[in-house]
Amino acid sequence: MHEMGIAMQIMDIVKSAIPKDMPDPKVSAINLKVGKLTAIVPESLRFCFTIASRDTPFADAKLVIEEVPVRVVCKECRAESVITGPDFSCSQCKSRELAIITGRELTVASIELAEPED
Amino acid sequence: MEIKVVRKVLDANDIMAGENRAMFAKKGVFVFNLMSSPGSGKTTLLVETLTRLAGKVRAGVVVGDICTTHDADRLAVTGVPVVQVNTDEFGGDCHLAAHVIRRACEGMDLDDLDLLIVENIGNLVCPAEFDIGEDKRGVMLSVTEGEDKPIKYPLMFRVCDMAILSKVDLLPYLDYDPDLALRNITCVNAQIPIFQLSTKTGQGFEAWMSWLIGKVQAKKGAA
Repeated sequence: MHEMGIAMQIMDIVKSAIPKDMPDPKVSAINLKVGKLTAIVPESLRFCFTIASRDTPFADAKLVIEEVPVRVVCKECRAESVITGPDFSCSQCKSRELAIITGRELTVASIELAEPED
Repeated sequence: MEIKVVRKVLDANDIMAGENRAMFAKKGVFVFNLMSSPGSGKTTLLVETLTRLAGKVRAGVVVGDICTTHDADRLAVTGVPVVQVNTDEFGGDCHLAAHVIRRACEGMDLDDLDLLIVENIGNLVCPAEFDIGEDKRGVMLSVTEGEDKPIKYPLMFRVCDMAILSKVDLLPYLDYDPDLALRNITCVNAQIPIFQLSTKTGQGFEAWMSWLIGKVQAKKGAA
């Protein structure tokens, strides 16, 4: 529901990552990590980004979204599990005392710049 | 050419939330972020809670809505300072972000407060994503909603530190299975306390009030 705001934040981060001395930079790809346990819908984010990036150096940038699974560690038996539904329990001992390791990411990992044309 | 960035998209919000948290810690104000879907009874709960806290805890409220000051008007009756935030000026945002809380606090004297309650915008999705600098997060679920809300909105129930099942006085008239609702909360987050209460009859209020007052006192003691 707030993907437009997220798209604008991504543009700010990308803007500040482009080397200042680069003439006419063209961003070809933005690599994102989006955890499965976030309130972000990748399709909505792509749609918002397409609109928000019009007439900017990122207009042709591909939004590459790597979805990060929800990985937890059990506080009882120390086993790691991947949570794929709303049932937060250890896959080994069924304990519900868990700590989240991954799945809450919403990160710009890197950007790719098109090689300048001669 | 690839340039490594590795920056959290919500960095700007998280940094400001950290600053808010430091400001609240310095003032010894316990900040409670109350979230739920629209209509679960957040404002009614707070009116009753603030009335009971009068003379014991100095409280203030920041209440968020997209439009209208109806909630602030209802809360003002309790005599506590209330700041209404309407997010339509921020593009109709579906949540309160850290900078909005910062601005709202400029209209309050934090030195005169022990407790700041943030009544977030009615929404079980987006508010879960935004740290505002609070100490504890609570999610409220009323018995007129589905028992499966916790498993439909797992992020919200996972990030909260406590849950409230409200309007339990209506249970005799509904086909609602409260045990199933509790099991669903536990399924997503087994580690949080759950308070079943009715603002109308006062049932279950003691436990909720003593949880809240305990947190306020602990924060005051730590400041």
